[in-house]
Amino acid sequence: MQIERFYYDNKIVKWFGYVTMLWGIVGMMAGLYVAIQFYAPGAAMNFAPTTFGRMRPVHTNAVIFAFVGNSIFTGVYYSLQRLCKTRMFSDRLSWIHFWGWQLIIVAAAITLMMGYTTGKEYAELEWPIDIAIAAIWIVFGINLFGTIIKRRENHLYVAIWFYIATWVTVAMLHIVNSFEIPVSLMKSYSWYAGVQDALVQWWYGHNAVAFFLTTPILGLMYYFLPKAANRPVYSYRLSIIHFWALIFIYIWAGPHHLLYTALPDWAQSLGVVFSIMLIAPSWGGMLNGLFTLRGAWDKVREDPVLKFFVVAVTCYGMATFEGPMLSLKSVNAISHFTDWTIAHVHIGGLGWNGFMAFGMLYWLVPKMWGTSIYSKKMANNHFWLGTIGVVIYAVPLYWAGFTQAQMWKTFTAEGQLKFQFLETVTHILPMYVTRSIGGSLYLVGAIIMVVNLAKTIAKGNFIANEAAEAPAREVPDSALREYWHRWIEKRPMTLMVFSLVVVAIGGVLEMIPTFLIKSNVPTIANVKPYTPLELHGRDIYVREGCYTCHSQMIRPFRDEVARYGEYSKAGEFIYDHPFQWGSKRTGPDLAREGGKYPDSWHYNHMLDPRIMSPGSIMPNYPWLLDNKLDTASTPAKIRAMQTLGVPYPNGYDKIANTDLCNQAAAIKKSLKKDKIETTADVEIIAVIAYLQRLGKDIKMAPQQDDAIK
Amino acid sequence: MKFIHYLEKITGISIYPLASFCIFGLFFLAMLIWVFAADKKTIREISRIPLDEPFQ
Repeated sequence: MQIERFYYDNKIVKWFGYVTMLWGIVGMMAGLYVAIQFYAPGAAMNFAPTTFGRMRPVHTNAVIFAFVGNSIFTGVYYSLQRLCKTRMFSDRLSWIHFWGWQLIIVAAAITLMMGYTTGKEYAELEWPIDIAIAAIWIVFGINLFGTIIKRRENHLYVAIWFYIATWVTVAMLHIVNSFEIPVSLMKSYSWYAGVQDALVQWWYGHNAVAFFLTTPILGLMYYFLPKAANRPVYSYRLSIIHFWALIFIYIWAGPHHLLYTALPDWAQSLGVVFSIMLIAPSWGGMLNGLFTLRGAWDKVREDPVLKFFVVAVTCYGMATFEGPMLSLKSVNAISHFTDWTIAHVHIGGLGWNGFMAFGMLYWLVPKMWGTSIYSKKMANNHFWLGTIGVVIYAVPLYWAGFTQAQMWKTFTAEGQLKFQFLETVTHILPMYVTRSIGGSLYLVGAIIMVVNLAKTIAKGNFIANEAAEAPAREVPDSALREYWHRWIEKRPMTLMVFSLVVVAIGGVLEMIPTFLIKSNVPTIANVKPYTPLELHGRDIYVREGCYTCHSQMIRPFRDEVARYGEYSKAGEFIYDHPFQWGSKRTGPDLAREGGKYPDSWHYNHMLDPRIMSPGSIMPNYPWLLDNKLDTASTPAKIRAMQTLGVPYPNGYDKIANTDLCNQAAAIKKSLKKDKIETTADVEIIAVIAYLQRLGKDIKMAPQQDDAIK
Repeated sequence: MKFIHYLEKITGISIYPLASFCIFGLFFLAMLIWVFAADKKTIREISRIPLDEPFQ
């Protein structure tokens, strides 16, 4: 057995660690900025790129893909080398991965602020960036699997299976959810529409949580927690069981984002049941982590790293109990569209993801610079600021969520809705203020960490290439008593394929039926495609991110039908590429907005929402009144829609602009009646046309002709 | 979305979820049996891989 000398690459870990901290601060500041806009909408400064609708995806993409993403790569590049007892497969691929990912992040920030968005949550980036993400992910995969294959350690430690499952599933999710038809360089339409798009989107969205925010971090937990505590994980058997259970069950949970919507009932029920079952494997992971520290709790008292890990794992447990509870239809009836969802998200994001990243960085930096932490006191202060910050973030939002839901559902003794929608928003503004204080504390803590680690780095000496030695890998003797998991552990490619099959089953079974059944989505005779002008208006709605505050999905509840009109039917959304059902009601639902107000109401409302709704927190959209509508793109948009199956007549793309001009002229005329002078070629005309179309089709008498209205 | 081969009706579709639950069930049964029959020493060795120990 020959001993081989080699070196671990710490440089790549260092750089991923640096950008983790950079994007963490940037992402949290973006979060604080949008949080402030809830009670100070003027903070958008009348500037399109900084409105909530555009900045919210900047925040979510920054914290998920830039902050957590880079923290994953930091931890994976460090742990994988040492678990495999080999250097990364290719230094060059490491750096292509690093620079590629950071360029994607920068491109994301710029394009999102400019309004280039697909309108699909957590997948907002347009198609050229989607392709770049796929390319860099493949680079990462080659490096990951190459390292595993050239390993000197026979067994694949549990962390590595989590990394494999992450890589495989994220690839599958990204590719399937990103099926879109480009219309221009930075604009595309989702291949899916309406109900199907909703299902694909939330199959993706929930599994982004599962396989980007959970499984890789569990992998990191299985490495860094034992390292920091210097004890092996509590139960390796449990880690095997909960790994397979987690990756199988998680995939099915997506429909819990669509409860009481127009999604078919069988899909909703599957989502509920599997979400409840998910408690078991999730808590398996939590208990495995916490029990690893049994008998060593005195270490936790002394070591900030362990403090962060303990709170992180506890928050993981809390969030993975709360999530299944929110997946119960009765609970979801109250929580959906409220701030309760945001509170839940941030327990996981701030508590689990953030604290795991912090703990890992506090452990890694002294290690890689061969020194001790500059100030344990500062680290402890960060810990307390962060923990209290999480609490002050979440509790006001629980209060806000409950309050708003109750207010929405309150009827007077005479049977009328008691509260106007706007009242339910202004009532909870103090909660939004408090929430942003919590977030600020959390951010201050993170800044303290950066200072502390900078000073640690200054007093240490970086070990760029860490010497190590290990025997060459021995060929396993397969005649001995090998249990099947050791068999599969030795075959990482097989493990990858098996994981892919396991995670694919859930998606295939939930989604394929909706695609293959002709009558699955009941078609409603009156529902017709959007007119060209309305299509433009819809694209502007997507561009400005209106769906981040306004839903378009009326649930079959008495209070919603009373407030918004007939509840939404699946067949109404068949031409919606992408769907825009929304996830939050900071503003009222718009599903049946068509015909509620005159055109002039919408004109004034966009100019300054407070003209029509005093006390509104919506930002101003004055540029819509001046920007010229891009009618040159109409033919391309119509053709794209035709490819997607929307039944515009053949050759309609050539004459679409004529219909557009006629409809715009009519709107201009109706505005003039209300003393508003405008040209017919500005974006607001298109937006008004779109808003006035929403939800109207099912109210119309059956049509005899087949012309597009 | 346009597909070519549409199912005309959904009756009898339950064979697919049934098959998947059988795959799931058998897989997990097998895994549980093997996990609990695993050799204690091997489990101990594998769980110590991350810790700073000289190579064995």
